[in-house]
This record gives sequence, C-alpha cells and structure tokens, in this order.
Amino acid sequence: MTLLREEKLNPFTTFAAIAVPIDIANCDTDQIIPARFLRRPGNDPAYKNFLLHDLRFNEDGSEKDFVFNKEPFRQGRIFVTDVNWGCGSSRENAAHVLDKNGIRSVIAPSFGDIHFTNCVKNGILPIRLSSKDCETLRRQLRDNPGAEIALDLETQSVTGPDQARYSFEINAFDKHRLMKGLDEISLTMEFAEEISDFVEVYKKRFHWAELRA
Amino acid sequence: MGKTVFEKIWDQHVIVERDEGDVLLYIDRHLTHDLHFRAFHALKAKGLKLKEPRKLFGVPDHSVPTTAKTVDQIPEGEMREAVEGLASAADELGFIHYPMTDDRHGIVHVVGPEQGITLPGLTLVCGDSHTSTHGALGCISFGIGSTEVQHVMATQTLWQRKPNMMRINLTGELGFGVSGKDIVLAIIAEIGAAGGTGYAIEFAGNAIDALSMEGRMTLCNMSIEAGARSGIVAPDDKTIEYCAGRPFAPTGEDWDLAVDYWGTLCSDDDAKYNKEVTLDGDNIAPMVTWGNSPQWALPITESIPNPSDESDPLVRADMTAALDYMDLKPGMALSDIKVDTVFIGACTNSRIEDMRAAAKVAKGRRAAVRTLVVPGSGLVKKQAEAEGLDSIFLDAGMEWREPGCSMCVAMNGDMLAPGERSASTSNRNFRGRQGLGSRTHLVSPAMAAAAAVTGHFTDVRRLEQVT
Repeated sequence: MTLLREEKLNPFTTFAAIAVPIDIANCDTDQIIPARFLRRPGNDPAYKNFLLHDLRFNEDGSEKDFVFNKEPFRQGRIFVTDVNWGCGSSRENAAHVLDKNGIRSVIAPSFGDIHFTNCVKNGILPIRLSSKDCETLRRQLRDNPGAEIALDLETQSVTGPDQARYSFEINAFDKHRLMKGLDEISLTMEFAEEISDFVEVYKKRFHWAELRA
Repeated sequence: MGKTVFEKIWDQHVIVERDEGDVLLYIDRHLTHDLHFRAFHALKAKGLKLKEPRKLFGVPDHSVPTTAKTVDQIPEGEMREAVEGLASAADELGFIHYPMTDDRHGIVHVVGPEQGITLPGLTLVCGDSHTSTHGALGCISFGIGSTEVQHVMATQTLWQRKPNMMRINLTGELGFGVSGKDIVLAIIAEIGAAGGTGYAIEFAGNAIDALSMEGRMTLCNMSIEAGARSGIVAPDDKTIEYCAGRPFAPTGEDWDLAVDYWGTLCSDDDAKYNKEVTLDGDNIAPMVTWGNSPQWALPITESIPNPSDESDPLVRADMTAALDYMDLKPGMALSDIKVDTVFIGACTNSRIEDMRAAAKVAKGRRAAVRTLVVPGSGLVKKQAEAEGLDSIFLDAGMEWREPGCSMCVAMNGDMLAPGERSASTSNRNFRGRQGLGSRTHLVSPAMAAAAAVTGHFTDVRRLEQVT
C-alpha cells in the first residue's frame, strides 16, 4: 500500500554484504511485517523495526534472542532462508520494510509468488537456490558470523562464504527491471497504441463485459 | 493442442507479448479497499489518472469496526483515516464506492460476486491475496502488490507471466458435515503450503460440480494458502444462474452473448496440465488445523502428530516450533483442544450458506465461549436476518456484528488476547494473525459453531446426529 520511494530504484548489478541465516520455513508476510503496522506512514521513524517485529521484540519492546538482533548479523544486507519465504498476504509493505533495512536480496528455495513480484518491483533481488544449497549457506553463515555473500545479477551467480559459486535462474524481464531500475508505468505507456488498438477490438467483441450500470 | 479454461481466458486478454512469455494483460475489473488509499495519493502525485474509472470498485473492509454502522462511530485514528481515505479517493477519482452505510458494503471478495462485478471470462485483480476467490465464477483473478495496483489504475493493464497449470480433481461425493472449507484444507494438507506456487489451480470433478457457488468461492479463496495466486472453476449452469440478474451483470442481448461465450469456457479434453492431483471426496472429513501454516491440517478424528516421527530435520523443527507456539502436545486428540473464542466470518466463510451452516448447529444450543458472527456484506446480513438466523445466533449467546474482515486480520479492533485460542473460519493460522500471541485453528462454519457450543473442537457429524 504505502509508496515509500518515488525516486528511481537503485539499479542492481553486483552486491556483496554480510548475510543473515533465517532458519524459518513458510515465513509468511505477516511475520515479515505484522498487520497492525500496515497503516503506519512509510516515513515513520520506527518503520525499520517493523521487520520481523514479533520474532525480534517482546511486547515491552525488549529484544528477543533472534539472529537479526545480534552483531554482526545486524549489519546484514542479504537474507538466506528456507522454503516459501513471503507466502500469504500481498502486502507490499513486506518488501518496503526489507528495503528500509537495506536488505537487497533474499535467497530461498521458494517464494510466495506475490511477494516475489513485490521484491522485484522494489529493487530487491529474490534468488531461488535449492533447499540443499540454502541449507549449506545458512550453516556456513551460522558457523562464521559476519561472513559475506556476493551476488552478480549479470552473470546470475552467488558466491558463498567459502567462495563456492552457485548459479541461479531469473526471468529476463525481471533481470532487466532490476538492472535498469525502470519505471514500469512509463514502459507500458510506450505501448499506448497497442493498448488502444487492443481495447477497441476487445470492447466490440466482448461488449457484454463493459460496465453500463 | 487443447487449452485449459484459464488459458482460454488468458489468451483473450493478451495485448503484447515479450520474450520469455511476459505479456501485457488487459484487466477487466479492479477492486480496492481501505489499505490502498495512499496508492491513490501516489497516483495523483505522479500526475496520473484512472485509465478506466468505471472498472474500479472500492469498499472499506479491513479497517471497519464490526460494532460501527457509520464512519462517525469509528474512533479517531488510523482506522477511521483509512476508511475516510478510500471515500475521498473515490469522490476525487470518480470510481464506485460502497460506504459503510450502504447495504452493498462488505468484504471486497464477497461484494464483487454479489454485485455481478465479477463475471465468468474476465480478468480481475485487487491488492489483496484472497482475490483468488473470484475464480470460483470462472474468471482469472489474482492478488497484486501496491506497485501493480498503481499500474492497473494508470493503464488498466499488468505485465504478467502465464502461471503453470495444475488441475485438482475431486472425485466422489462429499459426506454429511463436509464443506468446501474441508476440501481445501485437505488439499493444502496434501500438496503443502507451497504446493501451488507458480501455478494457477483449476478445481474439477464430481465433488466440485456438486459444490454450491459459495463452496467454490471458499475453495478458490484458499488457493493462495496452497501458494497459487489463482484458483478457477470452469463456469457451468450453476455459475450462470448465480450471475443472472445481478446489478452489474449484462442484460438483454448482451446477456445472451455472454452466456454463449461462457459456454465455451471449459478445459479441452487434450488440454495440458503441468501437474494433476486427485483426491477422493468420499474420504474427506471435517478438518482442523493445528500449526501455523494452513498445511498443518488434519481430520477432526485425528490427534496432534509427533514431530519425532518426521524424518526431515527442517520440517521436524518447524513442527516443534509450531507446537510450542500453539501450546499443544503430540498425541493430544484434536477434539480435546479447548477454545477461548470462535470467529465465524472472513472472505473465506461469510456468505449466506456459511451463515446457514453455522446457524443450523447453533440452533437451540448455547455458546460456551465468546463467539463473533460477522456476515460478509450488508446484503448477507439482511438475508440472514430475513431468515431469522440472527435470532438463532443471539439466542445462543453469540454476537451478531456488522460486515467486515474483522478477526481474520485483526486490524479493526476485533482480536484475540495474547495466548488466546480460536476456532476460526478465516484462512490463515499464522503466528499473531488474530492479534499478538494469538493461536488460530482453521475450521469450517459448521465446525466453528460446534466448537462454540461445546467449548472444544467437536466432530460436527456427531453433534448433528444427536439432534
């Protein structure tokens, strides 16, 4: 819902940062940002802390024993997690709150489809690696706190803390979006003629689908 | 090669195609609610207008207190701001909006089909994951994020990739006391919460043909809980009968043309599916979830599973964490779990058939625990009252509320206290979904009412036999 950024997205090419192992399967978007924060303005100074809030904080605001609360993981800018990250609600706030924390990429075996799209639209690179590879990376990150992971979108590769390389698949259009940081409405407007030609034919053919009430 | 019903509709909406199957898709209907008011401001700030204002419909649902009948009755603050924000956006941008005082007001996924805004053969989107509901009418519907919401507002189109096709065949006949909710929980338990990721799910087979439109909406509603953005049931006579005469349904010659076209919207015999799953409807029992993902669902006759029986260490850890959060022990019979609150409502189960199913169980009994009954729209409420269902609920000591999302997402003041346990007809049992520290068990309306009158999960088939 909230538009947190009006500026052009940061184009994404290569990125290396401390990575955080998040050992949670099916981490739904209600965990990423609880519903009670969805109406908060994007410029709320507390917004950053809404990320994984109820996993990170007690009711009195004190910190729980959670990996992203601890140094050096607090400095992490890449998450490595388990299956079905970002399933559930379509709230784009889940991508916004990752962005607010400087998280530029999430690596997981699978993602909720809507959250995956929302990440791409907010300049966050969602990377699918196998369950086994994600588990290996998480183990290495747990064993070597502060270890870095390097990402290269151009060559579609991930370099783990042990310099092992993993390649990943990404749709060409998503790759283009992330690398150019393009504004999609402007892109679509370039097809104005195709759209109006289509609509003219469509409205004749499916006259019944027009709303006249 | 033959096509699936989803592909037939998809192909009619493709404006342009790029490499790797990215298409610009024409969108017939856009629904919105009170959590998107800032997207309207953003649109304005960019100097953009609604491309086709008549195709956008708004209704406040997430932020509406179920004890308030008007905006003035909402306390000052975030909730009221959200509801007022939608109303002023509707006035300014010129789209149809049903305020709280309008009988047509309700949960966006109840209102769309009810008003005939949702029709077979269309593409429909909304910034809400449960938009999959509308596929029950034989259309392509899916939830989108707020950037996509703005894109649809400005262009009436979306860039999309065609999902993979999955068909779930439901053979046989549903038994007594078994509903659409139990089918979908059984499906998610079978394929997993990520089993449908990347797919659109088509539901087919005898048990689906026999299901009411309300039951099909429940089924498609929870496609997203299996990971699939879209669920669809090919339109049949039941669908056409449901649509006939609705306010926004076509009339006269247009109606005849529409019905002719809808008749072609079935999957071809040689249509190709990337995945097929078959379940036997005869074997489905009333279901209860026990964990923090809808995939952790079991028949009411079962007991809490033991994580140590699970071979995968990651799954074992996930199960153990869920049992800890839910305060449950392996081996405990589901029917021994006591509940504190019962919630009957949400876009999953707040239609007239759901109200009737709950009332049938509540009739002549008393609720043992706090029970909220929240109809999905003003029209469902009116119909239920005309049938005397409200009196049944009130006589049973249950609360009969105003329409809205209510305790499904707990953004309107209706929530559980930390540690409280619910039997809920909603769609998500995620941690904290019904309030910080809440413990949610998903069930059908009949099972929710059975839990309400007994104070614990109860096989509604036994309860109903007794009377």
